[in-house]
Amino acid sequence: MTALTIHQLRWTPTALERRQHWLLNGIDLHVAAGEFVGLIGPNGSGKTSLLRCAYRFNPPLAGQVSLDGNDLWQQRPRWSAQRIAVVLQEFPQAFGLTVADVVAMGRTPHQGMFAGDNEADRQLIEQTLDAVGLGDVHQHDFATLSGGEKQRVLLARALVQQPRLLILDEPTNHLDPRYQLELLGHLRRLGLSTLASFHDLNLAAAFCDRLYVIDNGCLVASGTPAEVLTAERLHQVFGVHALVDTHPLAGYPRITWITEP
Amino acid sequence: MPIRSVAAYRLLVLGLLGVLLVSCMTALAFGPASVPVSNVWGIVGEQLGLRSGGDWTQGQSRIVWLIRAPRVLLGALVGAGLALVGTALQAVTRNPLADPHLLGVSSGAALGAVLVVLFLGDFAGVFSLPLAAFIGALGSMTLVLAVANQQGRLSSERLLLAGVAVSFVLMALVNLLLYTGDQHASNSVMFWMLGGLGLARWEILWLPALCLLLGLLALLALARGLNALMSGEHTAVSLGFNVQAVRVQVFVCTALLTGVLVALSGAIGFVGLMLPHLARRLVGAEHRRLLPVSALLGGLFLVWVDVAARTLIAPQDLPIGIATAAIGGVFFIALLRRR
Repeated sequence: MTALTIHQLRWTPTALERRQHWLLNGIDLHVAAGEFVGLIGPNGSGKTSLLRCAYRFNPPLAGQVSLDGNDLWQQRPRWSAQRIAVVLQEFPQAFGLTVADVVAMGRTPHQGMFAGDNEADRQLIEQTLDAVGLGDVHQHDFATLSGGEKQRVLLARALVQQPRLLILDEPTNHLDPRYQLELLGHLRRLGLSTLASFHDLNLAAAFCDRLYVIDNGCLVASGTPAEVLTAERLHQVFGVHALVDTHPLAGYPRITWITEP
Repeated sequence: MPIRSVAAYRLLVLGLLGVLLVSCMTALAFGPASVPVSNVWGIVGEQLGLRSGGDWTQGQSRIVWLIRAPRVLLGALVGAGLALVGTALQAVTRNPLADPHLLGVSSGAALGAVLVVLFLGDFAGVFSLPLAAFIGALGSMTLVLAVANQQGRLSSERLLLAGVAVSFVLMALVNLLLYTGDQHASNSVMFWMLGGLGLARWEILWLPALCLLLGLLALLALARGLNALMSGEHTAVSLGFNVQAVRVQVFVCTALLTGVLVALSGAIGFVGLMLPHLARRLVGAEHRRLLPVSALLGGLFLVWVDVAARTLIAPQDLPIGIATAAIGGVFFIALLRRR
């Protein structure tokens, strides 16, 4: 059973269209139901652009993005918002929204135009804030939170959207090691179909079922972390030498970067 | 700390409505001709058919009911409308300094006003100037949309820049016409541009009232979209909004409302810029809560500034635009210093 399927996707910003220079080309990717899939690649390789195609922001120039067999671009924006939730590095403008206000936005795709939040909505918001460990700050001003707390608020907003698919753009940015592990552990336990981009390859190796490697707008490898994360490939894609062995406690690959003397 | 609980919010809105009502009644007592407050209440009561007769003259009754009452109500409507427009534009452009006059609508209205005063004359009686101003506002709105539009996409930065650019060009034209034009006509346009509520009469009040009501309803319907846009374009898309559509709807809605208000009262500054910030301090930035409070505060503010405009240099009227800028600016400086 597949949740997200991307088939032969090609995309480029409108400004570059005439030069026939594709920033994403021939992308084939899928996320199975309940699967946690990671996307890795160097800066500027197209990770964020690819995620944007998956949450119906960038319209593809060729190819298809579909969820549960439905082409996203044949559906209304609201349809995909009811099924796909996104956690980005994009924070609300800092004037006067409470944590609860920010999280409540996640209910938007499920509500009518003039409808307020009903009792069920409020309960869901409260439970979700408790689940991400922010139950006691729900009336605080969002702008006063720390980076890590903000990140968890945005996760809570995505969760109250009750999505079939969760898309995360570098979810562990701004987080200290403890919250990195807690957040990813929490995400894994949810059992949602998830597509997330990662900078930290060791985190990707520890938490993902499968990984895709993107370089220069093309997918160059995919498979389990053990299959994908080899020293040769890391050198090819990232241009750095690494020592890859097995994590002594858990069995997934462990990457140690080799610095020039 | 902004108000958060539902009950406190309802109390605040009811309280503000009450204060606005009492303020409107009290404001009727101010003006060059003195009418005691008790007589004012009596006159209003008589006109509403609640009581008959009292110890006031026919003249006092006429001044209060036919001259002051529509003016006070127009002040409340214009203030509420401008604050509403400012609130929505600050969210949709993600710019806390956005105000109703920033996006070029008022300069278009000014150009329309200048053209009619200098070249056309009174083609529609007392309504010539407001009508021309509204047509000018529509024209500049279309121009801004056309300039900002980029292959069907409309970013808030481009909207802002297009508004400012169109504004400059149109104001250059206005100033050129005023500079080279007939002195007397120029003076009357200048006076209109500084803002005033002198045009108020009972026959026209339905228009700004209806526009304000429709504008409030439309913006309340878009309120979630405003919340989402404040969080950023990507977030708004991921929550199911058609961002371009929301932007165009908010822009057209606010431009039309501004056009009507500016046509009736000139370019009154400050209200649309600062009152939204005060409202945000009271109830936070969630727009379903913010919009009504912002409108109420705007109305309340302009009713009292108009009282000042009518009394400061009585028997002359101070243009209300000068009064809002002076009083509002000083008030805000005081607020900043206190924090």
